[in-house]
Amino acid sequence: MTYIADSDAVPGGGSPAAGIAVSDAMVSDYIALLKPRVMSLVVFTALVGMVMAPTHIHAALAVIALAMIAIGAGASGALNMWFESDIDALMTRTRGRPLPRGAITHDEALTFGIMLSAGSVLVLGLVANWLAAALLAFTIFFYAVVYTQWLKRTTPLNIVIGGAAGAMPPVVAWAAMTGDLSLPPVILFLIIFLWTPPHFWALALYKSDDYARAGVPMLPVVAGSDETRRQIIVYSAFYLPATLLPVTCGFAGLLYGGIAMLLALCFGVGAWRVYRLRQGGKAEQAARQLFALSILHLFLLFVLLLVEHISGVSPLMAPLAGWMAG
Amino acid sequence: MARQPLSPEESARRLRQRNMALAFSLVSLVILFFIITLVKGVPLLNRAI
Repeated sequence: MTYIADSDAVPGGGSPAAGIAVSDAMVSDYIALLKPRVMSLVVFTALVGMVMAPTHIHAALAVIALAMIAIGAGASGALNMWFESDIDALMTRTRGRPLPRGAITHDEALTFGIMLSAGSVLVLGLVANWLAAALLAFTIFFYAVVYTQWLKRTTPLNIVIGGAAGAMPPVVAWAAMTGDLSLPPVILFLIIFLWTPPHFWALALYKSDDYARAGVPMLPVVAGSDETRRQIIVYSAFYLPATLLPVTCGFAGLLYGGIAMLLALCFGVGAWRVYRLRQGGKAEQAARQLFALSILHLFLLFVLLLVEHISGVSPLMAPLAGWMAG
Repeated sequence: MARQPLSPEESARRLRQRNMALAFSLVSLVILFFIITLVKGVPLLNRAI
């Protein structure tokens, strides 16, 4: 820790009684604050939202808009880590993050998060439109304040409601392209929103000790693992049919529909195994498998949407409509 | 978690690394606004609003 100038002591500082704490953080610590793995999923789902949008903006502007959505997501991750360093230090999964490690001070993380948030919203507004910028600002606020500071520590429905933030990137991307909203981005939102609970509850099942130690009221901690397994089945029953909505709403084709049904079957089997296997190593293995499977599942669905739209495979409804029109 | 204090050389190296990253970010921002202005035209803010 390096100290410069005389000022108020800063949390995360160490020795001198007065002085601004400047950490010895490396650039990689700042990158870790942005949650790069989460960011990659955000970029990918936003990209799909962009590609599916019927109108197109200049390629340079589209690339910048996508980067701003990614940076906005990263900024909300930094603000999340700034607020959660106390519980992150208690959980094995998160204790290696820059703040609990002492690599970055709280003030640095907060400043970094706020500046990137403001910058990404401003640039997205300039580069695309202010609807997209407002949606990005709302997403950051929802994740960093509503989810992180309120829901996460108060209710077992934290990730159900908080999942809305993670589901927003394709909506923001669509708005950036069109300046408007319509059914397809809402359905993409719905798919990610309904995907979130089974995904996180699978993780919470085998990390429940971690969450209990940190006092986070995740469902397995509050309601027990059996109830969590039941809820995984219930939410999967909403999620899996929702993955077929792009076909029924006419913006995905038979390729997507066919493979989505097979993937739904795989996901259903994974969820059922979690429900049935309740004891010992096999139970934990089933939960780990569902967690990994859920990531792959969502990724493949969006790959399919992307491939169909890039390759121009006709959506199901278009040829049907043509045939009916004679 | 207690951290080992870094040597002055290592501290200076990390500070340099961060300053480089900051300079790179600022230059990127200037280039970014240049590209946006180039594509969307001047005055940027009026058109955006």
